This record gives sequence, C-alpha cells and structure tokens, in this order.
Amino acid sequence: MKRNFLLFIGFSVLVMLAPQYFRGGYMMNVLVFVGINTMLAIALNLLLGYAGQISLGHAGFFGLGAYLSGIMTTTFSLNPWLAMPLAAIAVGCLAFMIGFPVLKLKGHYLAMATLGLGIIFFIIFNETYEWTGGPSGLSGIPYLELGGISFDTDVKNYYLIWAFTLAVMLFSLNLASSRVGRALRAVHDSEVAAQVLGVNARLLKVQIFALSAIISSLAGSLYAHTMTFISPTSFGFNFSIELLTMVVIGGLGSIYGSFLGAALLTLLPEILRGANDYDIIIYGGLLMVMVMYMPGGLVRGIPALFRKLTGRKGGADHA
Amino acid sequence: MQFDQILQYTLSGLSTGAIYALIGIGFSIIYNATGIINFAQGEFVMLGGLLTLSCLNVLKLPLWAAIPCAIAVSTLVGILFERLAIRPLRHPTPINLVIITIGGSILLRGLAMLVWGKDTHSVPPFSGDAPIAIGGATILPQHIWILAITLIIIFINKIYFYHTISGKAMRACSYNRRAAGLVGIDVKRMVLFSFIISSAMGAVAGIIVAPLTMTAYDVGIMLGLKGFCAAIIGGMSSGLSTVIGGLILGVLESLGAGLISSGYKDAIAFIILLLILFFRPQGLFGKADSERV
Repeated sequence: MKRNFLLFIGFSVLVMLAPQYFRGGYMMNVLVFVGINTMLAIALNLLLGYAGQISLGHAGFFGLGAYLSGIMTTTFSLNPWLAMPLAAIAVGCLAFMIGFPVLKLKGHYLAMATLGLGIIFFIIFNETYEWTGGPSGLSGIPYLELGGISFDTDVKNYYLIWAFTLAVMLFSLNLASSRVGRALRAVHDSEVAAQVLGVNARLLKVQIFALSAIISSLAGSLYAHTMTFISPTSFGFNFSIELLTMVVIGGLGSIYGSFLGAALLTLLPEILRGANDYDIIIYGGLLMVMVMYMPGGLVRGIPALFRKLTGRKGGADHA
Repeated sequence: MQFDQILQYTLSGLSTGAIYALIGIGFSIIYNATGIINFAQGEFVMLGGLLTLSCLNVLKLPLWAAIPCAIAVSTLVGILFERLAIRPLRHPTPINLVIITIGGSILLRGLAMLVWGKDTHSVPPFSGDAPIAIGGATILPQHIWILAITLIIIFINKIYFYHTISGKAMRACSYNRRAAGLVGIDVKRMVLFSFIISSAMGAVAGIIVAPLTMTAYDVGIMLGLKGFCAAIIGGMSSGLSTVIGGLILGVLESLGAGLISSGYKDAIAFIILLLILFFRPQGLFGKADSERV
C-alpha cells in the first residue's frame, strides 16, 4: 500500500516537473494529448482489463462528452465548469441504460455491438449538423477559466489536463485495489463463480461501463475546451481502435500501463513524422505482435524480458 | 411516393443485399468452424476489388483472367492470415481473437493504402452499362451479374457442404469440434479450409460489387460490418437464412436511404444489428430453422 502510494507521488512529481524540461510549445501540446489519452485508456482499461468486457465504441462516449460540452457552452452559453459535469451525468445515464442490453452479450458479440454503437454515435455527430456543425465541425468553444486565469496556452492546459488525469489515475488505482476491484477481477475470471460469491455481476458490469463512459465523457469535455474546435473525425472507429491499442500495449489491468500505452501511441506519430497516415499499419502490427508475444503488455512484458535476460527468477512485479 | 420508386429501391437493394449475404456467409463459415468472428472479413472484399483492378491495369489481363487471379491472391492472403495470426496464438480467448483479427484487418487496410493509395478507384462493369428497364424501374447489367453469381456461389456452397467429404467434415467440426477430432477429422485443416473459403467468397463479393460502387482501401470496414449484420439476422448460418438476412438488410437500407434520409443509411444496418443482438441473438429465424454449417 505504502509502496503504491509512493509510486503515485513520484509519478505526480515527475508530471509536474515535466514542463521544466519541455519548454517548447509544441511538445507541451503533445503532452496535453498524452494526458487526455491516458484518461481514455484508463477508462477503457477499467472495462476491458479489470472487468474483462471489450468495447470498440469508446470513441463515441469521448465524442459525446466533447459535443455536449461544446453545444452547451456555445449554443446555450453555459459556463464550461457547469457543462462538463452535466455532460458527464448525461453520458453516464445513457451508458447505464444501454449497458443492460449491451453487456448481456459476451466476447465477439459484445465487440460487434459496441462497435455498432460507436458507429451510430459517429453518424449522429455527422448528421445532426444544426447542432454539431456536421463534418465541418463545431468551433468557438470557450476555454476553461479559474479565478481569473484562462486556460488558453499549452502550458496552462498541461497543468489543467494533468490535474484531471492524475485525479482519474488515483481514483482508478484506489478502485482497483478496493472491494469493487476484486469483484471486477472475479467477474473477469468467471462470472458464474463471482455470482456464487455474492457479486451481482450483471449490475457491476453495467456500473463499470457507465463509469468508464463518464471518464471518457470528461476527457471529451476537456478535449473540447482545450482545443476549442471539434469535428467528427476525432471520434470515429479508428480512434476506438487506437484506444484499444493503447490499453493492450500498455498492459490489460494496469493503470500505469494505460499511461505507458497512451504516451507511446501519442508520441509515435510525432516520432514517425514522415510516415503520417501510415501509422495504422504500425497500430495493426503492434496489436497482433503484442497479443501473440506479450499478452501482458509492456508493463509486465519488459520486466519479464529483463528477468529472462539477466537470468534471475521470482519477484512478482505488479503495477 | 410512387410504386416505381419503391420498385427501383427494392431492386437495387436486392443486389447490395446479395453482396452482404456473400460476406455474411464468409463470417458464418469461419465462425462455425472455429468459434471466431473474423473482424478482417471485410478486408478480403476490399482486396478482391483492388486486386482485380491491378490485374486489369498493371498486368493488362483480360477480365476473365483478372478475376480468378484476384481471387487466388486474396485466398493466399487468407491462408497467410490463418497461418501467421490465428494458428500461433497461444491463448485464444475471445478477447485475444477479437484484438488479433482487428489488428490483422488494420494491417491489411494499411498495406492496401500503401499499395493503392487513398483514392477511390472505379472498375469497369462486366458487360457494359446500358440500363435495362423492368416495369417502371431500371437496373444495370452489373446488378444481374451480382444476383446470378451470388446464386451460383450459394449453390456451389450447398453442394460442397452436403455432398463432399471435406464439406461434411467441416459440418462435423461445427457441431462438435472435439467429437470431429475423435473420429479422425483433422480439425486444424478444417480451420484452414474455412479461412480459404471465406476469403475467396469475400474476394468474389468485392469483385462483383466494385463496378457498381467503386472501391478504395477502406471499403472493407463498412461492407464487412454489414455482412456481419446479415449473418446475425440469419443466426450465423452459412445457408439460406443468411442470404435472406442479407437481402432484408439490403432492401431496408435502400428504401431507408431513398425514402427517409441518405445520411442515416449506414445507421440502419447497425440499429438492426443491435436490435437483433438484444432481442433475438439466435437470429431472426431461430435456431431450429437455421442450418449451422
């Protein structure tokens, strides 16, 4: 417990110090995205890594949060700080309702159903142009403000986004090591066994689905208020797959793994500057290679590889 | 709205529906032999169309030679996919299989983008494009090609599954893989066969639809998903129910696009998909009616 707490404190300090080393505005912008993607990857990981339920439509919840926040603050001139929780509550309620029929499905069928949901959301973002601006997007979304400070530069946004990201991380780490986290892992291993032990598996799955959607919606709202412009292409099927890739690469069921996956996949296109667009080949290849050779993700795979190389054994490493 | 209009939408819906049916049967064959939903199924449809184009334009083959050539290459890709991605998988849990077939599908799509670029390509129709009048509606010769080829393939399928040894062995695998193995059927070979048949069928679907809708590196996602929807309506059968599922979907989509709104056309398939999954996961016609091959 103490060790985990120290790890989190250390991580937070690193996050807060990072701007000292990356003074360039561009890098700060990329790190803002790392924060948003970390939140999203954690949201998906709670569902996929802990509860063992796949979703290929999470970009839809992310988009819904962004659009609800965007529409409430532009068309209805609501305060962004009010719009964000309202959007999150709405998305959470929606996810809770559709969660019951959706999570009755398992495995491949669940994957297809969530994929279908994601695409329906995407079509709605495109077609309800009187609200969303359609394919040309929604602009003029206000920045967040706090005590007279407007979060309108990359450095300010960095602290804003990472404050939320760290809060989501802390919350998820606690959740994972709580009674709920253990119940989720039980559901993951065997729903029947979990039921026998007194876990209401069906309700628990729906609750974690809704929670995951709420975190995604929050990330969406933050995205909308830091970018001030959103368009449907950011919330399509490809992004759902990108999120899946982050979670799988980092490590299923590891919160720090989600950060690792998010950081890697956000930085990758920056490193492969010339190869824009072709990054999907890399995502596809990475997904296949990871599942085949490192099913535990980098978080578990790297230490295992290290132990193998140095010829040492033991030392259960969990993050 | 007029009767002619509805007839027109229905006719064009039937030919798109036939395509969905072919893709859906591809899904069902692999699912029944292996329990896997192959998320890369749509990519074979894309490969069929684009490979035909390359055979025509780059290799300068005539159409009758380009088509088998494209089918052969797509099938080879299917074999490689099974050998390199599915067979070596050490923990074939449903989630791992979903992730790996999705990975494969993105990889294929990316490679296609590398080879053919991001443009939309048109493929010439098989026999001209002089419209044929039926009642108050008109159809293109390609529509007839699509329906005829689909019928032939379904017929060949039937003969294969019911009148050949390897087809019967495959059906045995779908009923009970373990029992099939015990009576001496090489289950791994049947899995490979199922990938061969479905990648070939996907390629055929892609080839016959390409002259009608044009083709590009990314057509596989939507066509694949709609094919899956057809298979779900048909209760994952590789026979008539999936064909009917495909036709229903094609017609509903076409009528919906024509009479309600073309923007929501793609949503229709997914709403049907969700409704069927929620309320009748055994398919529209129930388990008793559907043949599970």
